[in-house]
Amino acid sequence: MTEPQEKQMVDVFSETEEKNEVSANPSGQALADLGDADSRVLALSADLANTLAEFRERHPGRYIELGIAETNSVSLAAGLATCGYLPYIFSMAPFGVIKCAEQLRTDVAYNHLPVRLVGRLSGLAMGFFGTSHHAIEDIAIARTLPNITIVAPADGNAVLSLIRSTASLDGPVFIRVSEGTTPVYDSVPVFERGRWPRLREGTDVTLIGHGMGVGLAMAAAAELAAQGVEAQVYDAAYLKPFDEQAIADAARSGAIVTVEDHSEVGGLGSIVAEVIGRRRLDTKLASIALPDADLEVGVPAELYEYYGLTPAGVAAAALKLTA
Amino acid sequence: MSNGHEHAGDNEVTLERGRPASHTELSKRADWIRLRTVDLIAQAGLGHYSSTFSCAEIFATLYYHTLRLRPGEPDWPDRDRFLLGKGHVATGLWPVLADLGFYPRDWLKQFGSVGSPLNDHPNMRLAPGIDFSSGALGHNLSVATGIALAGRLSGRDYRTFVLTGDGELQEGQVWEAAMAASHYKLGNLVAVVDANGFSGSGPTSDAMNIEPLAARFSAFGWLTSEIDGHDIKALLAAFDGLPDPAGEQPVCIVARTRKGHGAALLEEAPQAWHLGLLPDPLREEVVAEIEARLA
Repeated sequence: MTEPQEKQMVDVFSETEEKNEVSANPSGQALADLGDADSRVLALSADLANTLAEFRERHPGRYIELGIAETNSVSLAAGLATCGYLPYIFSMAPFGVIKCAEQLRTDVAYNHLPVRLVGRLSGLAMGFFGTSHHAIEDIAIARTLPNITIVAPADGNAVLSLIRSTASLDGPVFIRVSEGTTPVYDSVPVFERGRWPRLREGTDVTLIGHGMGVGLAMAAAAELAAQGVEAQVYDAAYLKPFDEQAIADAARSGAIVTVEDHSEVGGLGSIVAEVIGRRRLDTKLASIALPDADLEVGVPAELYEYYGLTPAGVAAAALKLTA
Repeated sequence: MSNGHEHAGDNEVTLERGRPASHTELSKRADWIRLRTVDLIAQAGLGHYSSTFSCAEIFATLYYHTLRLRPGEPDWPDRDRFLLGKGHVATGLWPVLADLGFYPRDWLKQFGSVGSPLNDHPNMRLAPGIDFSSGALGHNLSVATGIALAGRLSGRDYRTFVLTGDGELQEGQVWEAAMAASHYKLGNLVAVVDANGFSGSGPTSDAMNIEPLAARFSAFGWLTSEIDGHDIKALLAAFDGLPDPAGEQPVCIVARTRKGHGAALLEEAPQAWHLGLLPDPLREEVVAEIEARLA
């Protein structure tokens, strides 16, 4: 684990150039590697050629540009999948699951086809461009679909791991890439399907995040420790299937805070609440998420600050629960 | 009627492209499809009559002459694909696939019951011979474009056919697919438009004008022709005259049809019999009219 960085929030637009190739574009890198190992892997771009430049260079015959036509891309990928290929569709998150929900449901999920949808710039990563570019309902939509696997990597290393490890799954996979993450894993971690690794131990409160929420939870745990509150942290890397046992274990702390760059409706907070209710777990619950309301527009770092998606915001919610 | 291929259920038996079938045989086959459709709808209690009747000759010609199939091995990688964009006419396809040996004829008896592999719209996971599920209009030209593209990637020479309705062409995704198919030069893709002129609530182009259809596909880079979709001779000429699948232009055949064709009372009120259940006297009238032609 790395120490939380001094500056917790990353603005993907102003800082991308400072990153090395892998950290700036781990999903593109992971797919290029996957393409080396498996000739069934195809890269489909809905006008996201930059992300796929490496794949295109190494496997030009298996790179398929489909233009600004996401719905066609999803159905077309389903056709490719019936012929034994493993199509990875890269799209901007608001125009992936959200725009193509019906194609994903009817053509891909109902038919159990191994189409992979990689949503870049999830959450409020494009918050500056307007609410049309917010992608905060995608998990809620995707998790109602049968047969699908949903993963939300916490950082670049988790992206590499989850793209590789879900490659051989039979059904569809939605890989929700959260930009602006802080590094959580020093090296490429190993995930077990449907399990949430515990990244930090503590008995006073449990913080559970996915995507960028994991880094926030880790940083919040450090702040809480300084105040004498020991938080355990889970990485909810898999949102479908999710780790029900981890939630039951977390409930023993008596206080759970979920952290996500997603709507408060239907995401991780809802998943945990459903399990608490169904299993009659005795725990308090707070959800740090985006409100079910008209959202503001601005650069990501400022938006996340505004909505309390900061280490301080998470720590404050945890302290309130444990008070 | 028998399909004339006694060993069609054996794995290795291939029904080759262009297998012999006379005009009369195919015409009778189309009427046989209509009769079986009426039977299946009576059994289920509800179904789509007139839009199935409009494509009966297209089904007959494709399945008994044009398509390269292997009923004993439905997933054979080199088979020609057929996707039913207008999935609501699957009722007309079920007896055909049973007759060709994709599944036992007994399966037809379950049509309309809970648990039947044969649904009102086709499900590829349940019914052998269905190359892709359908029901949501506007999707299958995209799916077929993906299958045709896969043929290019794998170097296989199969053709991919899609039967679309004309109302279906109002869906915007169709035109995204039309653009992609010509961009990738998919001469192995054939769209057949069952242009019967009606959609759910009335004449198609009253709701939203889709004409001139052939010119629109041509403008998208497709090789386009326009034929009478009930004329077996014209259908044979169109399918036999398809360019080599290695060609660079996707093909669109606009088949002008009449919704409800083949039974006067359906053709006179195609809208009323888009979806429904013929009461016994009307059903008997339709059956008698078709049987008189077959006699």
